Amino acid sequence: MNPSYNETVLDTGAVADVLKRMAREIVEFAGGTDELVLVGIQRRGSDLAERLSRLIADQAGAQVPLGVMDITLYRDDLQTVGPRPVVGETRLPQQLDHKWVMIVDDVLYTGRTIRAAMDQLADFGRPARIGLAVLVDRGGRELPIQADIVGAHVDVPTGERVDVLVTELDGRDAVELVDGGKT
Amino acid sequence: MVPSLGKDLLGLEHLTPEQIRLILDTAEPFKEVSERPIKKVPTLRGKTIVNLFFEASTRTRISFEFAEKRLSADTVNVAAQGSSVQKGESLVDTAQNLEAMRIDMVVVRHPSSGAAKFLGDRIRSNVINGGDGMHEHPTQALLDMLSIRDRVGHIDGLKVCICGDVAHSRVARSNIWGLTKLGAEVAVCGPQSLIPGAIEELGVTVFRRIEEAIEWADVLNVLRLQLERMKAGYIPSIREYYRVFGVTLERVERAPRDLVILHPGPMNRGVEIDSRVADGPHSVILHQVTNGVAVRMAVLYLLAGGQPELAEAAKGSDRGGAV
Repeated sequence: MNPSYNETVLDTGAVADVLKRMAREIVEFAGGTDELVLVGIQRRGSDLAERLSRLIADQAGAQVPLGVMDITLYRDDLQTVGPRPVVGETRLPQQLDHKWVMIVDDVLYTGRTIRAAMDQLADFGRPARIGLAVLVDRGGRELPIQADIVGAHVDVPTGERVDVLVTELDGRDAVELVDGGKT
Repeated sequence: MVPSLGKDLLGLEHLTPEQIRLILDTAEPFKEVSERPIKKVPTLRGKTIVNLFFEASTRTRISFEFAEKRLSADTVNVAAQGSSVQKGESLVDTAQNLEAMRIDMVVVRHPSSGAAKFLGDRIRSNVINGGDGMHEHPTQALLDMLSIRDRVGHIDGLKVCICGDVAHSRVARSNIWGLTKLGAEVAVCGPQSLIPGAIEELGVTVFRRIEEAIEWADVLNVLRLQLERMKAGYIPSIREYYRVFGVTLERVERAPRDLVILHPGPMNRGVEIDSRVADGPHSVILHQVTNGVAVRMAVLYLLAGGQPELAEAAKGSDRGGAV
């Protein structure tokens, strides 16, 4: 048995730099901040979206609308994953029609979360465009979904897991490779 | 370990405080679903739910039906009128026939205490008790608790008095079990003929006078006086009941604390409750109705969610939001 270990992919400083770059790229992608809306996926995605909105406010001087979304009710695997954790809050800006909605999540893996997120957004309005920004793309897609803005591409060997830590929930910012032994 | 509810929701008597809290906490996000422009999520798509009502009901049946539809389940209502249906075999026969059509869940209301358990023991589908005889009405008690928690912020340490026809009330029983498990103090108040003899064994205090109950309580849950039972002579007259036990504005205003008033409906205005109280600032009665849909969505969602053995296997592959 291998002992469990953590390997740091991004440390606190690197996460901060990556988020600054992502904030710039998001504004470029949306052609400014006028129609931009950030929507974070619970839970770590919503923390990252809040950070990005603050960075965009610093960089571009504009307060962009911020929403959070829990996609649990739109998952395709309710039958197999219960007993269910408590569903988190969904709070979206009133108006999504004609907006540029940037979905923010921590890790992009199979793409199933993003599929669920897009289905849910469609029930709230009809954005002009939906984009995807993730801190980490770890590959392993099971659906034809890609991110528009990626903080870091991480190659995750079989049997390992990539964890995104955020200060709000975990006490520090980092991206780590973890020998999960179960993934 | 997140607690699970198991196969059926039959009552609150055998639930743990953690399970009750899980339902209340799960109901929170479902409140918001009903505020959306499209009041529907795909969570129970493809599930078939039968609402099997052997007893009259408007509010509970409609509330369950909204909950089911907002979770995208397919629903069928079966209203079998009480007189023609015998307890026992015919109840099971009905359910087994429904099950043969491949249903997933049954919500059952029945005039016999224990009917929901009887059914749950005999069919594979999830069974939810929508009220059985004088036994339990768990979703009503859960929405009462959610409404109290919304108004006051907590249930632990609160003093809740259930007023009126406690003897015939499944709402009272479910409330007593649920509230005491969450740390509230519970009392009952009503005429001696409508308070069961051994009620203290459930850990509740008995008040004989409504004034004393109001003096003591933070919350009053005012039960419907079941007028159809008047013939049995439980109370001398409606007028006298109102004079002695009615929750009137004058009595509520004399309360030492800011009371919260609940009523499970349907109300008899001017019998157990004064209209000025029912429609006044202390009342959360309509909020209870709104919460009813959210609580029932939570129960359906939790019962439908997966089998524990698969959950164990799926654990760990669900880290980092990367499903």
